[in-house]
Parts: sequence; C-alpha cells; structure tokens
Amino acid sequence: MNYRLASGGRMDRTRPLQFTFDGNRYTGFAGDTLASALIANGVHLVGRSFKYHRPRGFLSAGSDEPNALVGVGGIASRYTPNLCATQVELYDGLVAESQNRWPSLSFDVGRVNDVFARFLSAGFYYKTFMWPAAAWKSLYEPMIRKAAGLGKAPSAPDPDRYTQVYVHCDVLVVGAGPSGLAAALAAGRSGSKVILCDEQDQLGGTLLSESEAVIDGQAAAEWLARAIGDLSALPNVTLLPRTTAFGWYPHNFLGLCQRVKDHLGEVDSNAPRERMWQVRAREVVIATGAIERPLLFPDNDRPGIMMAEGARIYLNRYGAVAGTRAVVFTSCDSAYRAAIELKAAGVQVTTIADVRPSPKGPWIERARAAGIEVRGSTVVTGTTGHLRISHVDLVDEVSGKSETLPCDLLLMSGGFTPSVHLFSQSRGKLVYDEALKVYVPGQSVERERSVGACRGIFDLGAAIASGFSGGLDAVKASGGSPVEEATFVVLAESFGQNGVIGRPGKAAKYAGRAWVDFQNDVTTKDIELATREGFRSIEHVKRYTTTGMATDQGKTSNMNALGIVSQTLGVPVDKVGLTTFRPPYTPTTFGVFAGQSRGDLFDPVRKTSIHDWAEEQGAVFEDVSLWKRARYFPRRGEDMHAAVKRECAATRQSVGIFDATTLGKIEVVGKDAAEFMNRMYTNAWTKLEPGRLRYGVMLREDGFIMDDGVVGRMAADRFHVTTTTGGAARVLAQMEDYLQTEWSDLEVWLTSTTEQWAVIAVQGPNARKVLDPLVQDIDLSAAAMPHMSVREGHICGIPMRLFRVSFTGELGFEVNVPMGYGRAVWEAIHASGKAHDITPYGTETMHVLRAEKGYIIVGQETDGTVTPDDAGLSWAVGKAKKDFVGKRSLARPAMTSSDRKQMVGLLTVDPTVVLEEGAQVVADPQEPIPMTMIGHVTSSHWSATLGRSIALGLVRNGRARIGTRLTVPMPSGNVTVEVVRPVFYDPEGKRLDG
Amino acid sequence: MLLIKCPFCGPRPELEFSYGGEAHIARPQDPMSLDDEAWTEYLYIRSNPRGVHAERWRHINGCGRFFNARRNTISDEILETYMIGGSPAPVSEEKDRSPKGGAV
Ligand SMILES: [Zn+2]
Repeated sequence: MNYRLASGGRMDRTRPLQFTFDGNRYTGFAGDTLASALIANGVHLVGRSFKYHRPRGFLSAGSDEPNALVGVGGIASRYTPNLCATQVELYDGLVAESQNRWPSLSFDVGRVNDVFARFLSAGFYYKTFMWPAAAWKSLYEPMIRKAAGLGKAPSAPDPDRYTQVYVHCDVLVVGAGPSGLAAALAAGRSGSKVILCDEQDQLGGTLLSESEAVIDGQAAAEWLARAIGDLSALPNVTLLPRTTAFGWYPHNFLGLCQRVKDHLGEVDSNAPRERMWQVRAREVVIATGAIERPLLFPDNDRPGIMMAEGARIYLNRYGAVAGTRAVVFTSCDSAYRAAIELKAAGVQVTTIADVRPSPKGPWIERARAAGIEVRGSTVVTGTTGHLRISHVDLVDEVSGKSETLPCDLLLMSGGFTPSVHLFSQSRGKLVYDEALKVYVPGQSVERERSVGACRGIFDLGAAIASGFSGGLDAVKASGGSPVEEATFVVLAESFGQNGVIGRPGKAAKYAGRAWVDFQNDVTTKDIELATREGFRSIEHVKRYTTTGMATDQGKTSNMNALGIVSQTLGVPVDKVGLTTFRPPYTPTTFGVFAGQSRGDLFDPVRKTSIHDWAEEQGAVFEDVSLWKRARYFPRRGEDMHAAVKRECAATRQSVGIFDATTLGKIEVVGKDAAEFMNRMYTNAWTKLEPGRLRYGVMLREDGFIMDDGVVGRMAADRFHVTTTTGGAARVLAQMEDYLQTEWSDLEVWLTSTTEQWAVIAVQGPNARKVLDPLVQDIDLSAAAMPHMSVREGHICGIPMRLFRVSFTGELGFEVNVPMGYGRAVWEAIHASGKAHDITPYGTETMHVLRAEKGYIIVGQETDGTVTPDDAGLSWAVGKAKKDFVGKRSLARPAMTSSDRKQMVGLLTVDPTVVLEEGAQVVADPQEPIPMTMIGHVTSSHWSATLGRSIALGLVRNGRARIGTRLTVPMPSGNVTVEVVRPVFYDPEGKRLDG
Repeated sequence: MLLIKCPFCGPRPELEFSYGGEAHIARPQDPMSLDDEAWTEYLYIRSNPRGVHAERWRHINGCGRFFNARRNTISDEILETYMIGGSPAPVSEEKDRSPKGGAV
C-alpha cells in the first residue's frame, strides 16, 4: 500500500528529502512535517507512553499532539528531546528517534508497568511508596525516574545563539487562520502597525487543509494566497510564520518565539536558532482557533486511533492517508467530512458510529451517498491490536447489539475546544457555553478581543466575518481610523454545534480504561477514583491525577477531565471549576529566554583600573557582587594558604598594598548634608570637623545593621561616604528614598562616585615611608595627619583624597585618585615600596587581618537580624540624637533582650583546629539531637600572626559567656571552644600609629 | 511586564523601575513618642488590598525619581501615577472595581 497519494497536498514533490527514524531510512518532501512524512511511509508507532509505556501513534496533526514526542538531531550538541513530530519540519538528513522505550520501540520492557497498572493509579506516588522513608532515595525514586519519563537531555552545550527583540505595534494578531487573516487584513488596510504571527510554517490555519470551501468566488487555497499577497504588500504589516505566541504578560506584553533555522537542518549559519519577540501591543486580536477533542472509550490510545480532523489535514495538506480501512466514531458532523474525503481518496471507510441517537442533515446524507454506513446511538466499547489497532468493538445502545469490525484506522471526534489559553493567561474570565459544551471568552481584563473558533465561532463564513470586525475594533481601540466593514461571500457547508465532554453515550457501564490525558497517562478510572476519594475541586483532581500537567498542558484532555468529574459527581460542568492556563502555550526553549545572557554576557563584569596589573602578577580573583577582586597573589609554587600567610606577615611587619577600589562611594553634598547624615546614620556628624573621618553604621528602619563604612567630612557641606562593595546601590537607594519621599525639604544632593575613585590601601608599619616621597602637598606626620583624618592634595601630580584609615590594625592610608590614574599611582607606590618589600595582598589576607582585629564585615558577621549592640558597635550609636533611621526600633523590647546573640571571639582549645564558618554552637554537647543551638560561627581563619586559629561568632548572651567553654559539634566530632573578647591582636590599638 | 508611566519620563517598561511598597505611609515626625504598638503598625502593617492599591515606584534605571501609582492588584491596571506628596485623583468606584474591556 502506498500511503502517499499520487497527487495533492502542499508539499514540493520536486524536492524529496531523506531522513531516518529510529535508524530506518525514509523519504519525504519539502513541506512535510516529520509526522506527515512518517504517516506517508506507513509508520504509526512513534512512542511509548509516559507511565504505562503503551505503544502510541499520532493523535493529531498540530501542536496539540500529546503522543508523538521525539528526539531530533544527529549531533549531540544539537540534539533536542521532546519535540512534537507534528511540528518538526522535515529537512534533508534529519535524524529522529522515539523516546521512553528500552530496548526498542516495538519491544519495550517498561510495558510491564501497564500490567501492574493498578499499582500506578491516581495518587500512586502518595500511596504506594509511603514506607520505608529511606527506600525513596535508594529504590523508589530511581526506579520511577527510569521507568517514567520523557526524552533524554542533550549531552553537549548548545552551540546556537538566541536573540531577543522588543517591538511595539498597534495591533497584534495571534493566529493566521481564516479569522486571523481577516483581522490582519482589516487592521493592515486601516494603516495600523500590525504583527500577524502563527505557530505553523505557513500562514493559513485550517485553510491549508480546506478542500471545498469557496471564499469570494475563489477556492480556499487561492483566497489564502491572495490574502497573504495583500498582507505582504502592506509595509505596515509584519508577517511572522513559525512564531508561537507562548505567553501573555501584563499590559498587553506578549512573548513570541520565532523558530528561525531549525527547519534548515543542522547547519552552521550566523542566524540565531530562535528569536524572542517581546511585543507591546496596543490591541490584540486573539485568533488561535480550536482543538478537536478525543472521545473517551476503552483502549482509545492505540496507534491508528486518530482525531478525524488530524487525518483530514494529513490527507489534504500532505497528500497522505493515515490508513487503509477506517471506522469513524463521532459526536458531531465535522467527522463526516473527514470520512467522505478519505473515502474519496481511496480509503475504505466502512462505518461511522455516531453517539447521537438519530443523526440527520446534509453531512449524514452525503456520507450515506458516498457509500459509508452510518449508525446512530452507537459507541465504541473497546479496541484490539498490539502495535496498531486491528479491530473495533461497536455497541448499539438502543438494541444492545454489538459487533466487531476490522480496521487499521479509527477516527474520532468529540467536537472542538476553543483555544482560550492566551485569553485566560491575560486574566480574562471564561464562561461556559452549555450548547457548545466548551468555555469561551467572557469579560476581558486586557485590551484584546477573541475572534473565530477560539471564541466558539466555528462556521467558516462567520469566523472570517468575526475576524474582520475584530480587526476593525482593534484599530479603533488603538486610536486608528478603521476602513469600511467588508463582507465575505463564503460557500461552505456548515456543521451543527454538537460535541461531548466526558464519557460519550452510556459508556460508563463499559469496562476498561479510557485515556483522558494521553501524555501523562491519566485514564477515566484515575479521575473517577480521585472523585471517589473525595477530591471535588478540579484543581485538586488535576494535581492528584496529574491530568493536564504534561508538556501539552492538557490541550486535548482538560475538557474531558472536567466532563468526567461533572458526570461522576453529578455537578454541572461550570460548577466543577476550571484550571488556570499558564505560559508557555507550547514548550519553549530555555535558550530563547536566556537570549544573549550566556557565558561572558550573563552578567556585567566590573573591573578596577588596577585589575590588569593584578592579572599580570598572577592574582587569583573572586567575584564580589559584580566585581572581580584579587583574592591572593600566589608566588611560584604557593597555594592560597601559603600566599595568605606571606601576605599577612609582610603587612604586619613592613607594608602591604591592597586594591580597595570596589568600595561603594557616595558624595553627599548640600547645606543640609550634616543633618541628612545625622538622620541616615547612627552616628553623630554635626561635630565632626572637616578633615576628619568617622566609622558610620547605617540601619534599616527596623533597627538592623544594613551597611557600614568610613565617612570623611571634606567640608562643612560635603561628605565622602564609603559603603561595602556589595551594598553601594542599596545604600544609595535608601538614602534617595528618605531624601525624596520623607525629607524633601532638605537641601542635599547624592551622587554615586564609586566608579570615579580608584582606592589604594597602603597598610603596615612602613606605610608612611612608602607614601612620603610621592605625596607633594600633605604633611603625613602623625601629628599633622592623625588616625581617622582625611586630606586633599596630590600624589605624583594627581589630585588625591588621602584617608588615614586602617582595616588591618596597622598604620594605614587609603589613596583615592581619579579612576583613570589608578594603575599609574598604584605602580608608583609599588615602586616606592620596593625598598620595604611592599607586598600586594588580596581579599583573603584582608579578611584575616581584619578578623584578627575583630572588625566586622557586614554580611559576614551580620545577617539582617543584627543590631549595633549585637555586633559590639554601641559606641557608634549617637545616644543623644533625637532620631535616626532605625532608632525607634532599637527601643523595642525584642531588641534589648539580654538573650540576643552577641558577637564574641571563639578560640578552639586545640589551636590547630580551624572551625567551619556557619557551624552551630551549643552549650551542652550531651543533649540529644536536635540540640539547642545558641549561636554560630561567622568568620574563621588560620592566623599566621598568632600561630593559631581564630574565629568570630554570634552567641546568645555571648558577652556574659566570655571565659566559659562551649562546643561546636561537627560530623568529625565535638570541638571545644573558649569564648573570648572579639579582638585577638593588639587590643590596645598601639599599632595604628605605626 | 507592566508599562508604567513615570510622571517625569512617560511610559516605560517595568524593568526600568523598582517597587517601593505601599504609598502614603508617612514616617512619624517623632518616632520616639510612639508606643511599641504604634511603631510596629508603621513599620510592618500594610493594607495588601485586593483591588486598587496606592504604591510607590522609583524610576531607578531612568530619572531616579520616586513617584506614586494607583494599581488594581487584580488586573494590574495602573489607574494613574502622580508625584510624591501629591494626592490621587478622586476615586471613581466604577473604574476602580472593574477592569475595562469586553469580548467583541
Ligand atoms: Zn523617569
């Protein structure tokens, strides 16, 4: 049998294409999908079902296909799993394989799941694998994961690139079927800026498989070609085939995914694989069509059982017949058309079983005239056939007479479900249409309107008319001038509005499982069981049975699931509720969401002007927020431990140099700058003289430490504020918030200067000696420039703000020069320091040196629940100040409790043991697990200076515990620690003066 | 992604803005005079309405200015934006309750 007809279809028969499926070679044509090409080769068995591993074939011809998920790609990096074969365009050399089967598609071991189906019923996860808990990890989960699943993930990085574009338009039309085309014509002719997108490779929707309708005196295909020609000629219209509107986001913002080159094969080209269009549309016309519903009957999932309209699309659009001997099971007239057309194409269509008692009308007459037997009140009660259907059991529900007919194709139609996904995503309210037995769009929230089949208008002429009016309405709503209303003369036999949801006829009494959700393997029995077990809300039934939760989001199953619940509970459908439609409409790649944000472009990288010097010296870097910071400078053969030990010793004994450029900097300027600082920081600023520095603490209004930093008063009305590296933006935002919204009467201006200053810290007993020869106009002597002072002057001829400040406990300076001079000044200081063996150090050494001194790092010692007093910073809080951000909160009872965690030092009794940061601290290690945790380790280092480990921690009522011993329980055993004051080195601070 | 009309720059996409929480919650003039309950109310308690919500936004990746907006939390429709310190337009019950539009 040749399944491809000698003529017909829209493929290009002059361009044959070779492809393989599961290793077998086949031929198709340009214009085929993988599905149509396989059907034309007589291949129906394309997959195994998710849970029961049932053999499965094609159910439909569109994006609603639940069964035919395949892996496509010959090279590992371009392998894509879980593609819908009905959406994969054929190209020469395409390699595809079936999924979820082992060892082969026709002999699959997982099939035993079907035999043990009663153990895998609704909620089986919750019931079967309750006990013992340990078996979940070792036994149940691996087994379930292996047996149930979709395709395998690609094993190599994605070599393709993906792009994103933002566009604005007056009217976005989603769906280029008859009504969408009409809407685009209306809006396009009115001069609106229009985008028309469609998920298929060709525009046209159902017109692509229309056989006999005549529109404005032209055959459907000709009218379609003319409409596309007209639209293409309009410069204000953008046509986007292969483009799925996958998501609707607030204020008419839609995500469109355009497949740019998948259909070209695995070729290398500069084109992106996919492009995301982020469209802000003034108005949207939704013309997304409708999806045919399967009928529920026992064993309705065998290969060879197909939607009637699907078979018709394969016939008319691809010239392929899906079988040789067909039976049709239907609840509506449209399947008659498929039967008649297939019969005309040479398929032996023997019988139409119609669930309606006595079907009447033109379509029934035409079927009879074509020699097809029509039986009313007849339902399918079962099917047989292993890898493909071979027989179908029919029962006349009036006479009770049953008969088994041979067939290799069973077509079904339960009516059409409007595709209301986008409308629902836009938060529009759906209303149940009792006559159509479907939900249709009701009240809108966004600026959109639905036209054609997606709002229940199935008649071709009416759909085109509704599309054109919808287009004009959108033009008007977007502020354009609509053209005149047009009339379309459409000659097409219309269909009645019949359809069923749930079980057809009286089929409830027939035994056997009928598949509701083909992709997630959910049957009528699962849903009935769920209702018997007390589930009432469809949202609960959905989660318990997983119906509608597969990658197809229940496109073919949701209404039938509602129907079953309604029938079982005896509750009207619209009282059962409706599940929520969520983006994406069809599976969308991560790549297109990531766009260019991959690899080097994932995030901006911030580098200081000294970065390249550090890199040349072989520094190892770490990420601190977006900054790259030198972590340590290893010399030949050194590991981090050795490098840090050397850097620490050099700084303590002579002098070290450190790039502190990443510190946040904010210039606070204005008549009221001091008052503003008083309100923003805990400290008192009024009396701080120009030329002096002060360590500042900023709280949130809830009283917890938000940031800290050294602040210099440059003039009466000017402060140079520094912040933590990661907190700069947050601090500026909090300042702006209060300044703009609470104290707009203050005359203050805030400017981020982080990127304007390079900061070079020179620390150690010889720091002054290193800088002295380079600084031109500042007296660096201790008397002239004491600790915590700031001077403006020049270094190497460069303007400078020089801070005398120390984060190491040694004599220290921080040289601030304009960013562009950072490296030049750094190199000059480095050269000047040669005599003193000046040593560059990184953040790791900085951490150790400051921990030896008990200086906190916000984010390390604090976690958003630490008050100044907790951190031992009460001295930095201006007690006499009437108010500052966070002050009132510090007076709340919980903030003054004696039981708060306070920062202390922790010294391990065994000095060689270095604690883990984050480890918990307990008072009584004998207590059974879970022990009472009274604190945790916040910083822990090996201190080469002290020849032992040191740690800081937050411990409940910690200051009162100084001198006592506590325990840090670790997997390797308990570590005993002594609680001490959190200053381990030079507690008197003598070294600050060098 | 919301389309937000900055009173200074005009309509811009949401990613240029940062959210600032409920609007019209003035920081007390003298916080220390408040008892714990009143301070807690100011600090933590927000109206979280289902419906129209007056809220603060900042055009942080634009002009940097804070402003107020009234947004319907059900539909996300932004009814108006206005200056800090300004008052919203008189409330229209009709407009605030029901989202606009309808099927053709
Ligand atoms: Zn702005």
